[in-house]
Amino acid sequence: MNATAAALPSREDIPSALDVAGLALMRDLRLAFRKRDEIAQPLAFFAVVTTLFPLAITPELPRLREIAPGVLWVAALLAALLALEHLFRDDARDGTLEQYALCGRSLTWLLYAKTAAHWILTGLPLALVAPFAGMALGAPVHALGGIVITLAIGTFALSLIGAISAALTLGTRRGGMLLSLLTLPLAVPILIFGAQATDLAMRARGFAAPLELLAAFAVLGVTLAPLAAAAAVRISLE
Amino acid sequence: MSWTWFHRFGSPPHVYRLARRLTPWFAWPAALLILAGLYGGLVLAPPDYQQGDGFRMIYVHVPTAYLSIMIYTIMGVAAAVGLIWRMKVAHAVAASCAPIGASFTVAALATGSLFGKPMWGTYWAWDPRLTSELLLLFLYLGYLGLRSAFDDLQRADRASALLAVVGLVDVPIVHFSVVWWNSLHQGSSLLRLGGPTIYSPAMLAPLLMMICGFTLYFVAILLMRLRGEVLRRERAASWVKEALAT
Repeated sequence: MNATAAALPSREDIPSALDVAGLALMRDLRLAFRKRDEIAQPLAFFAVVTTLFPLAITPELPRLREIAPGVLWVAALLAALLALEHLFRDDARDGTLEQYALCGRSLTWLLYAKTAAHWILTGLPLALVAPFAGMALGAPVHALGGIVITLAIGTFALSLIGAISAALTLGTRRGGMLLSLLTLPLAVPILIFGAQATDLAMRARGFAAPLELLAAFAVLGVTLAPLAAAAAVRISLE
Repeated sequence: MSWTWFHRFGSPPHVYRLARRLTPWFAWPAALLILAGLYGGLVLAPPDYQQGDGFRMIYVHVPTAYLSIMIYTIMGVAAAVGLIWRMKVAHAVAASCAPIGASFTVAALATGSLFGKPMWGTYWAWDPRLTSELLLLFLYLGYLGLRSAFDDLQRADRASALLAVVGLVDVPIVHFSVVWWNSLHQGSSLLRLGGPTIYSPAMLAPLLMMICGFTLYFVAILLMRLRGEVLRRERAASWVKEALAT
């Protein structure tokens, strides 16, 4: 008995759930910076989609300004959805996710770290690029800060909600279409209040109320979504 | 207190026999109530002083709309029971609920759209209740899509159950966000503070009959689908042969 006890590391040597989550976060960031095109692709997609609207509707800036918040948010939603497919797929394929589930530390925290890394790599860059797309659609300069803040918080909430559907569709044959079908109805509140906040910001009015609701959804997502995502990952690994 | 009555619901043969025995007890009252409600609503009830004869659409619209949400709730609760206690029959109930709920949602949308034309002058308006009903339909479609995407029945059960539970948390959030977003629909006329706004008993009684009738009809259809679902899942079991022989 003593021999086995000595061979196993004692409880203090094993890093805590938070340390493990931090390691997972750094690992995901490091891996992503080695494959930079995966960060660039959602941004390019976002730029292409926002370009399509002036071409399809009108080149007149005053008319584009009317629809700019909606265009920015729908484009951001679609770009985030495309990126969500990558959230768990590679790690599920090479067995990393299985090791995460077996490592004896909270899978919820690990998935929370993965989701946070995903947001840093897709949502945050999207929010930082959005002002350029916004200006191209006629957004005034004073609204650009508002666009960044609303999109940053909105994409964070979206990543959290999307993590659930990404985990649910892991074991399925045709993931992409299904992922959108599962995520979009759940993302409606984010779209409504995000676009509303951006719209108010562009009209130079106070946009604190919808922004706070958006933040409330993000908080709700932080508290509940990783739990559901962890349950979904366990189901897909069964 | 003994829980054996509860545990018996975990047994597929018991549930199969119970469902077969109970179906007529729901189906016949449903047929009678719906016929009586239709006669009362379409013939006996006076025309509305504002909406004329167009208001009679509520006798189909209100029950379908109420059931579309009710069935989602039942589905979510059954799915949660299946997830927590690993009860196969609960998963079968959730799986049987989804197509019925989706159909009622389509019916509510269709009747609402026909109701909208004479009342609002348009078949479709981006009104909060219509929109959240449409989103409910998307949730049902997502649930059905996720179920069909798995080859393995157990994984399909557990994954779709989790989705149903997530949806159960999200449905009220989606509903209230859409309500704050835009409003045109008339307020609820039955369940509200201060009692119903429909006062005339000749109008109200048929509506209540239709609601009860549709609910019983749903239970009857659910029991029939449940029997099919249980048989499909248990097709290898020996009790199925005996049950089908009698």
